[in-house]
Amino acid sequence: MWSILLRKLKMGSLTEKHEDSLIPHKSSDLPSNFRKSLQIRHLDCGSCNGCDWEMTALGNSLYDHQHFGIDFVASPRHADLLMCTGPGSTQLVNAAHETYEAMAKPKWVMAVGDCAIDGGVFKGAYASAGGIGKVLPVDIKVPGCPPKPDDMIKALLEFMGRKSVS
Amino acid sequence: MLGLRDYLQIYTGIEIIKWDNQEGIVAMDSQDLPDILAYCLEMKPRPIWLTHVVNDERQLGNDFCLYLILHFPDKDFTLTLVAKGIKDEFPSLSLILPALNWSEREAQDLFGLRAVGHPDPRTLVLHPGWPKNFHPLRKDYKTGKEYKSFKRGPLVFPEMHGEGIFQVPVGPIHAGIIEPGHFRFYVIGEPVLHLEAQLFYTHKGIEKLLEGKSLEEGLLIIERVCGVCAVSHGLAYCEAIEKLANIELPRQVLLWRTILAELERVYNHIGDIGNMCAGVGFALGNANGSQSKENLQRLNLEFFGHRFLRGMVVPGGIKSVPGPKDSQEILNRLMELANDFEDWIPLLLEHDGFRQRAVTTGVLKTESAIDLGVTGPAARASGVAYDWRELHSHLLYPELMVKSVVEHNGDVWARLMVRVKETRESFRFLETLLRKGMQEAGRSSYIMNTFSNKLIPWQGAWGCVESPRGTDVIWLMLDDKGKIYRCRIRSASYANWPAVPLTVPGNIVPDFPLINKSFELCYSCCDR
Ligand code: SF4
Repeated sequence: MWSILLRKLKMGSLTEKHEDSLIPHKSSDLPSNFRKSLQIRHLDCGSCNGCDWEMTALGNSLYDHQHFGIDFVASPRHADLLMCTGPGSTQLVNAAHETYEAMAKPKWVMAVGDCAIDGGVFKGAYASAGGIGKVLPVDIKVPGCPPKPDDMIKALLEFMGRKSVS
Repeated sequence: MLGLRDYLQIYTGIEIIKWDNQEGIVAMDSQDLPDILAYCLEMKPRPIWLTHVVNDERQLGNDFCLYLILHFPDKDFTLTLVAKGIKDEFPSLSLILPALNWSEREAQDLFGLRAVGHPDPRTLVLHPGWPKNFHPLRKDYKTGKEYKSFKRGPLVFPEMHGEGIFQVPVGPIHAGIIEPGHFRFYVIGEPVLHLEAQLFYTHKGIEKLLEGKSLEEGLLIIERVCGVCAVSHGLAYCEAIEKLANIELPRQVLLWRTILAELERVYNHIGDIGNMCAGVGFALGNANGSQSKENLQRLNLEFFGHRFLRGMVVPGGIKSVPGPKDSQEILNRLMELANDFEDWIPLLLEHDGFRQRAVTTGVLKTESAIDLGVTGPAARASGVAYDWRELHSHLLYPELMVKSVVEHNGDVWARLMVRVKETRESFRFLETLLRKGMQEAGRSSYIMNTFSNKLIPWQGAWGCVESPRGTDVIWLMLDDKGKIYRCRIRSASYANWPAVPLTVPGNIVPDFPLINKSFELCYSCCDR
């Protein structure tokens, strides 16, 4: 017990700063009323798992998405935003539709990673749609293979109408 | 191995294509394959299955061919059994070597061949709902728009009847940031009676996509078969190419490749240990694991240009090598992280609650592990002392004197302990290797551009690397233009997935996430 406390005291807070203020973000028709809280559902649509691990990394103590009011939820019914990875593998397309349908309106879709945007290296494979946009209406794109956690945080904060400094 | 060679010669129609101290390639009639395989499996110590490849060689006048690769651990000898002239069926080997179950079903799906005598008639890789006669890996199939005509059909699961037996379907989309797969639990009250796993939701058709690609394009794809085992897959692929070109690599290349492979192991093992804590809701362990993993990935990014170490290993070399100053810095940081690891790992190992959840949970029996050809930490936790780094002399592993870390209980705790001990070992290896790297500093990059004219076409070659999840095997055949003709990717996850459902019966449903995380298998490189 004491050793745990001591360790934590020595370490201090690890979470890095990413934003300075709640400045409404103007461009685009995206909502800016998500200032304080955003509920996300993750959807793997045939990714290589790289993007998904980077998304998982958002939860570690260095990024800690929760301190931005961002949370990953267990059900699409609770989600505002669907973060999709992967090029849209054929055998998952039905499940992807069902997940999207299960979300309450208003709802948005974010394509995370190059292969979610246009199929990336998997362009032309027989069981991939070549981008999640072919399956669901995409509102935001975050390029990278995989995008770094910093890029994802930046994109999420901008989506919420907040400004990030990194 | 000479006894084996003599034995093989009693079969008429056997053709010994190659036989030396390390490797044998033997062609035979497909009807003789079951007997020969059964004979090989009787040998002590029992050989291990590396990969099973079906290849459409009708253009080469061979009909379909089947390549089965076995490794005899005591002699470090690999034997490739080649069955040529398969027209539309081949004898199933699954009852002799259950590890081949999935490979044979996959060959049925993707090539439209029939595995005669296979006990499970269901499709595997292609879910019900594809057009009839859709067999994409046949050479006469040209990639078209079939994905548009896919209509999801009903999945087939076994029936189970009795008072109080219920089915609990879970997935393919799960609650959390994880990959998709469908699990069907048959429960009676809380305990699980039986589990069926339906995977291959992320199947994209990578093996077909690779065909006709140049080696460089191929590497980009291979590194993205699995997000977190990019180095292992890339290395296995490069080893196969280098075998076909018959080139020797400079020592520095081997050294830095070994460093990369061990860095990959460390960041994965530490992340996986953290994830096992997440499987029981033990936030403190998870926080420490994910934090260390993040620091390791940042180190990867800073010194090797990618958080998942992609793009470093290239056919014939290595893209860039850090100088002595950077090496020292890497070493310092790694040692810091190793100390930190020793600092937080007792939090887990001495936590009674965590221990109670992990001990005796999800037991994989030794016999099952052997029969199913389980590999990596999962096998070693069940008493199978098989570590490719120890048993095959490649990279700089012989100098490091790797010893397989073995545990015997086969439960979640044993798999955890294997990872903990291997992490310590890997830190030690990294220290040794980095010191060597600093002493023997050479050029800052090694890329050989002159081997493309040496590549032998129409010949199979395998590359094999111990990834954090087990042995990854890539089998490659090139055409006469130096393009990929066939590439078979057998990842560690592909070998291990069939074992996971066996470990669940007798446990309760809430233990499944923990058991699953203790194997920590990837869906993507299994589904491809
Ligand atoms: S964008 Fe890259 S990292 Fe992300 S899923 Fe696709 S291949 Fe993997």
